[in-house]
Amino acid sequence: MRKAAALLFTLGLLFLLSVMFLRFELGQAPMRIGKDILAAAPEQVGAANIVTSVVLGYRGLDTLGEIAILFTAATATGLILSGLGGGQRRDPEGGFILRHGADLVFPFLMLVGMYIVVHGHLTPGGGFQGGVVLAAAFFLPLLARPSRAVSHSALGWIEGLAGASFIVIGLWALTLDQAFMTPWLHQGVLGELFSAGTLPLLYLALGLKVGAELASLLAHLAEVEASE
Amino acid sequence: MMMLAALLVLIMLIAALAALLLRNAVAAVAAFAVVSLALSVLFVWLRAPDVALTEAAVGGGLSSLILALALRRLGLWRVGGSNE
Repeated sequence: MRKAAALLFTLGLLFLLSVMFLRFELGQAPMRIGKDILAAAPEQVGAANIVTSVVLGYRGLDTLGEIAILFTAATATGLILSGLGGGQRRDPEGGFILRHGADLVFPFLMLVGMYIVVHGHLTPGGGFQGGVVLAAAFFLPLLARPSRAVSHSALGWIEGLAGASFIVIGLWALTLDQAFMTPWLHQGVLGELFSAGTLPLLYLALGLKVGAELASLLAHLAEVEASE
Repeated sequence: MMMLAALLVLIMLIAALAALLLRNAVAAVAAFAVVSLALSVLFVWLRAPDVALTEAAVGGGLSSLILALALRRLGLWRVGGSNE
């Protein structure tokens, strides 16, 4: 029965993929709203990276839903893992090369992560990608020295404050007679660091939230030792 | 240029098969990361650098990290702690 279901699923997926492959040319997606957004976004939102103006401007509500999903998943995982009695037996310290390599790479990883977050409205990247890099950067010292304790409450505070400021920035648009999540503030010059209104602030909040959330999740996963 | 895409898809297929067939779980996780990295290069070729960055960070980095930590937790991956 399960094999039949798996076969059915595979056949369906194959059918879907072959239809997509036959109907659409690779790299030439048929777009209707895309052209309008490409034409209107630079003046309406003022972000050099059009993808960001869609993610935070035109579809800001979707992004809020996304971080809500991520928050729920990370909270549930943390809840389950923290109940498993972590922190009894930890991995041994990393070797010389791992410890010093981690110390050396850590600031550069932080720099790359913050760069990707802060320049999200100018170049490819943004809060999610930069946040993941930040989380990886914070996980690296933990990998080298597993005995070091992680302050989950501090990570929780960062995450909560960043998430709250994301929503407050979105709500503040209501006081300016705009819809929820409409970008406000001065648009500035296209392509400069301080441009595109509230989008950089939103991405900064998003990056900190995603980074703190994933760092906490990874720390939880690393703390729980194998039950042999 | 189509050759590049074909090569990338081939790499992805081989790595995906390796992830399925490899007996060593850690090697399978590494093969899984290779699929994501090849896919991110494919996204760059399709002129979607934003998606490529996400795929590289989330698919190549974070997912494999979480999978590796899950292996550790399940006891399928032992770290030899004899040194130091």
